[in-house]
Amino acid sequence: MADVNITVDGKKVAAPAGTLLIEACKSAGIEVPSFCYYPNLSLQGACRMCLVKVEKMPKLQTACTTVISEGMAVSTDTPEIHQARKSMVEMLLGNHPLDCPVCDAGGECELQDMTFAYGAAESKFIDIKNHREEQQWSPVVYFDRPRCILCYRCVRVCGEGMDVWALGVQNRGVSSVIAPNKEDHLECEECGMCIDICPVGALTSGAYRYKTRPWEMRHVGTTCTHCADGCKTTLGVRRSDTGMEIVRGDNRDKSGINGDFLCMKGRYAFDFANHEDRLTQPLIRKDGRLTPSTWEEAFELIGRRFKEIRDSAGGQAIGVVGSTRTTNEENYLLQKFARVALGTNNIDHHRTADFPALAAALRGKPEATASMRDVFKAPAMLLIGNNPTEQHPLLAWQIRNNVRLHKARLYVINSEPVKLRRQAVNFIQIPVGSEGNVARFLSGDDSAAGSISNPTATRDAWVALRDKLRGEQNLVIIFGSEIRGEDIASLVKFGSAVPSAKFVCLSDYANSRGAADMGLYPDLLPGYHPMSDAGKWRDEWGGVPQTPGLTLPQMVESAKAGNLKAFYVVGANPVGRLGIDAFSFSQRFVVVQDMFLTETALIADVVLPAANAYEKSGTVTNTCGDVQFLQKAGEITGAKSDFEMTVRIADAMGFDVSKLVPFSRGTHSDMGQSRGAQSGEVDRHGVWLEAQGLEPKMSPFDPTAILDEIQRLVPGYGVSRANLLAGNDQHTTLSGSGAGVQHDPALIAPANDTLFTSGTLGRYSRALNSVMENRQKQPAEEVAAD
Amino acid sequence: MADLVSHPDEVRVVSRRFGQGAADIDRYLQLDGYKAVQKALAMQPDAIVNLVKDSGLRGRGGAGFNTGMKWSFVPKQSAKPKYILCNGDESEPGTCKDRLIFEHDPHAVIEGVVIAGIATGAHAGYIYVRGEYRYLLEIMQKAIKDAYARGFLGKNIFGSGYDFEVYWHGGAGAYEVGEESALMESLEGKRGIPRIRPPFPAVVGLWGGPTVINNAETLASVPHILLGGAEWFAKLGPPKNGGTRLFCLSGHLNRPGVYELPMGYNLKKMIYNVGGGIPNGRTLKAVVPGGSSCPLLTAGEIDVSMDFDSMMKAGSMLGSGGVVVVDDSTCMVKFALRIMKFYRHESCGWCIPCREGTDWLDKILVRFHSGGGLRKDIDNIQYLSENMLGRTFCPLGDAAAMPTISIVKKFRKEFEDHLDGKPCPFEKAGAAELAMA
Ligand SMILES: Cc1cc2nc3c(=O)[nH]c(=O)nc-3n(C[C@H](O)[C@H](O)[C@H](O)COP(=O)(O)O)c2cc1C
Ligand code: SF4
Ligand code: SF4
Ligand code: SF4
Ligand code: SF4
Ligand code: FES
Repeated sequence: MADVNITVDGKKVAAPAGTLLIEACKSAGIEVPSFCYYPNLSLQGACRMCLVKVEKMPKLQTACTTVISEGMAVSTDTPEIHQARKSMVEMLLGNHPLDCPVCDAGGECELQDMTFAYGAAESKFIDIKNHREEQQWSPVVYFDRPRCILCYRCVRVCGEGMDVWALGVQNRGVSSVIAPNKEDHLECEECGMCIDICPVGALTSGAYRYKTRPWEMRHVGTTCTHCADGCKTTLGVRRSDTGMEIVRGDNRDKSGINGDFLCMKGRYAFDFANHEDRLTQPLIRKDGRLTPSTWEEAFELIGRRFKEIRDSAGGQAIGVVGSTRTTNEENYLLQKFARVALGTNNIDHHRTADFPALAAALRGKPEATASMRDVFKAPAMLLIGNNPTEQHPLLAWQIRNNVRLHKARLYVINSEPVKLRRQAVNFIQIPVGSEGNVARFLSGDDSAAGSISNPTATRDAWVALRDKLRGEQNLVIIFGSEIRGEDIASLVKFGSAVPSAKFVCLSDYANSRGAADMGLYPDLLPGYHPMSDAGKWRDEWGGVPQTPGLTLPQMVESAKAGNLKAFYVVGANPVGRLGIDAFSFSQRFVVVQDMFLTETALIADVVLPAANAYEKSGTVTNTCGDVQFLQKAGEITGAKSDFEMTVRIADAMGFDVSKLVPFSRGTHSDMGQSRGAQSGEVDRHGVWLEAQGLEPKMSPFDPTAILDEIQRLVPGYGVSRANLLAGNDQHTTLSGSGAGVQHDPALIAPANDTLFTSGTLGRYSRALNSVMENRQKQPAEEVAAD
Repeated sequence: MADLVSHPDEVRVVSRRFGQGAADIDRYLQLDGYKAVQKALAMQPDAIVNLVKDSGLRGRGGAGFNTGMKWSFVPKQSAKPKYILCNGDESEPGTCKDRLIFEHDPHAVIEGVVIAGIATGAHAGYIYVRGEYRYLLEIMQKAIKDAYARGFLGKNIFGSGYDFEVYWHGGAGAYEVGEESALMESLEGKRGIPRIRPPFPAVVGLWGGPTVINNAETLASVPHILLGGAEWFAKLGPPKNGGTRLFCLSGHLNRPGVYELPMGYNLKKMIYNVGGGIPNGRTLKAVVPGGSSCPLLTAGEIDVSMDFDSMMKAGSMLGSGGVVVVDDSTCMVKFALRIMKFYRHESCGWCIPCREGTDWLDKILVRFHSGGGLRKDIDNIQYLSENMLGRTFCPLGDAAAMPTISIVKKFRKEFEDHLDGKPCPFEKAGAAELAMA
């Protein structure tokens, strides 16, 4: 359709038909002020800040509700308009408490900005301001009515965006007040979207309020460390006596895959970083007790024991457990370390989805995976299994808002009446555990229809649904970990019958996908290459153990049988999370790298205090396959990155670390990793490097060197480095993957996290705990989440 | 129940059946009831619309829009059902005419609704009655029930093959819900907040369907136009202002009451002849000519014709027909305050200028009237009102601003007389404190 032409302040502007005047002005670089207008939320016309002059209209018009029409002539900055805006601000300020000096929003407040812009500096009012006491609505949401300007953004983002509808307006006139759904408190998803979207300091965060002034923080754009969706987030970081403190998580930078969105975890659950139980020095078991030691002693011990065991019993006597939360570089390094330095393929991780089966099925199919952005744009979506509202909050947001804003069609097949059924054109409830049958039925196997048919979803209804789905274009097929192995192949077979279908396989934890892509499998090298297809890696590394190693359960069995003599556990808690027999573990030499004394760390011989995702740089890959950059926010004194620790262990084993980290080979930049300078600390890496006679700029602790290798060798990861470093998401494809291997579906153990849990880590978040405790106090009816 | 009054100058059209027991369906039928709708059923819809257009009938709800014209905006084809909405929320201070219609001639409203439906191709109508008019709701309910029982409503009305359902709905006590889009929200069970326009109700209205919204008096006039003809109706008033109007005379008058007078009747005559002039030897100070939302006229400005266009020229509005007469014993500051109390209370609160503006005007006027006024307050009152005017989300903000602006402009001296801590000159000494809710 041809663009509509208008003039704004004498400037010619062309925009597609249907564009709102306020957006057309914005596209021409002319800002029209607004409080109530918010892109992608319903129009209100309530604040009257956006009044402009439209030729031939006697009254000023609201640019936020006016759709442009051909030939429209608009002025946005006449004395009349200026006066109108000024008076709006004056009237707002009348009842406003003007407690800016102590208000959280001070310095980041749209009302302050408008006051500044329109010069409503003098008050005409001497009468008493209306007042109401501040209210706490939940552990994390506070409301201060006097500061509220009634822009209704919070109401809309909660209802339209979150589909929670927990906020509303009560009373009328000047007594109007935003009210929570349970009279004096909220029962909701605690996402904090309402707080973030509030233009003033009326809604404040329990985690952040009165902690700092905005200008005292550094803002670090990074990636959330909780679920597998990979929201871009901005951390507000301050220096503290332990190195740094994160005081806020929000997304002032809306350029990420999540746009406006963050869930409860992304917004509040960064506080585990400063938990008092955080380990800050290495521990070595002496006389049966974990006793503080020095790093040198710890590395020396680990290096010596690993070397001894490898040299005496062979690499197969050592087992390595990797992490679903460490970076791609760390994961890649870890499996390389296992294979090259320890000489073992005994490496595994907590698997939460069957990515190898997906990779195998999509091999050779370009553009067959959907990015998180695709989910927001797809004309149709099929969701089988999982409950994204709880387990994939961002994905749920994308799906929901795609339906709302783009009228996408959503089909939901689930064993529970999940909340997303409310957006679905078609929801079918199936018996628990029959997701695989659905996949088989969709692929054309009509014999699978029996187990999923019932009076409300008859065989005919299933056939009709399948026909309908086959008729969709660009269908995004999203499936939970209920679908594994052969069933994934079935689903992909079905997808091949749908033009341009794409897939999303749902896993848990921030870097599960990265762990899988980087080859934390006993029988798969990075990029899902089976051991039989190790050519490229053998050339690169100068040797790879031939036979597949042991899976995690097999390692435990082997330990019980006395064959496995050492465990190296990096950022994982198999004892706590996977119910593994702690005794069989504890009889061996166990090294654990973690932030806390987890169940697994408790039985270790050496525990090394690890830095978390906020304390290091690197890349992570979300469940869709979008790679993103983790930006280091600062350091906590005493912890080291897993990357550095692995290199130090290799070094202590007498292994040539340049064979592990190819740091002498064309390193591009150091991502700030080898510098303590950011947090104002001494450059301790630099000190160590100097002691070793190494050139700091070519550091073996620099994950960039490994990223180079990943980009060169792991199929799909050859994405633009510049884009990545600029903080942009880059989608990887599985089309060039290796052949994969058929795995035992029982090896997958979903995390079963909810909106308010996050594996072992979540237990150390005060914010998450406070919400959970609050829930227990008031056992809510289902309404809040449903 | 309101007493009925009468005056020889009256021309009884809408009030023809007042006092004759026409709430009873049989009595209504004896008085030409339900003849107009049968006539309409035999006409082409466009012919009805044109007839009403030609009659010069203009909306009695306040804005005075040509009714036939409004109906003609309803699209002929519509995927969604069309609706007729009778606005009986009558809450404008000074206005009390729709209640008489509901009480004395409820079937005329029903008939008007059905005719509007036939004209626009709607098959359902809602009659929205102000919440405080509980007793009228009962009358209305009975009338609807009786009409159904006779086959005048429901399926196949009058055996014509045309279906038409009529529903009633009671308000919950909000002036703002009289505003047409807020009315639709209220009917849909939501908060009474106006809607963004465009789209206009004729295109997207109740439940998203094309909707005609008319005042009860407007609709009650329609059957008479069908029976009496467009020309007859048009000629009752001056050009473009057809028919008669129920004027609600109140305030300082010897004979207050609701009188049906031809459009264009002279205001001065209305006050002195029809209303019997000012009692107790007092003199006229000001007139609210068409409900509390209109700019006031001073005693010197009342020699005007009471039709939509002349009143506009006179700098005020014909509005809703509520004529409030104010004598010289009245404090205009207090008058402004009383009006502002109403609007502050009734503002829905959706938009900044009305919500905050009415609150501050009220605060300032309260203090001002009780002797705490400052000279700059007078300008501030003017400033606030002028900055509300034309900038609010719906006309309620204008309704609060317009009378205020006119009072400050025309009676500034009275404001000045309240300055310097002086008590209100119109109250007995020491009684300046205000006890108004
Ligand atoms: C604040 C406000 C209150 C209103 N109240 C009423 C009312 O009580 N009754 C009414 O008929 N119209 C009222 N109106 C006018 C309606 O919006 C609408 O114009 C009218 O119902 C149309 O009918 P008409 O064309 O027959 O006049 C009000 C308008 C505003 C702005
Ligand atoms: S769900 Fe709760 S925290 Fe999120 S927007 Fe709604 S009220 Fe706010
Ligand atoms: S609380 Fe904030 S977002 Fe909500 S209406 Fe008030 S000012 Fe707007
Ligand atoms: S949806 Fe996932 S990635 Fe996004 S903020 Fe929540 S936990 Fe973090
Ligand atoms: S002017 Fe604004 S606040 Fe006042 S009633 Fe209309 S919408 Fe509500
Ligand atoms: S931004 Fe247009 S009215 Fe609020």
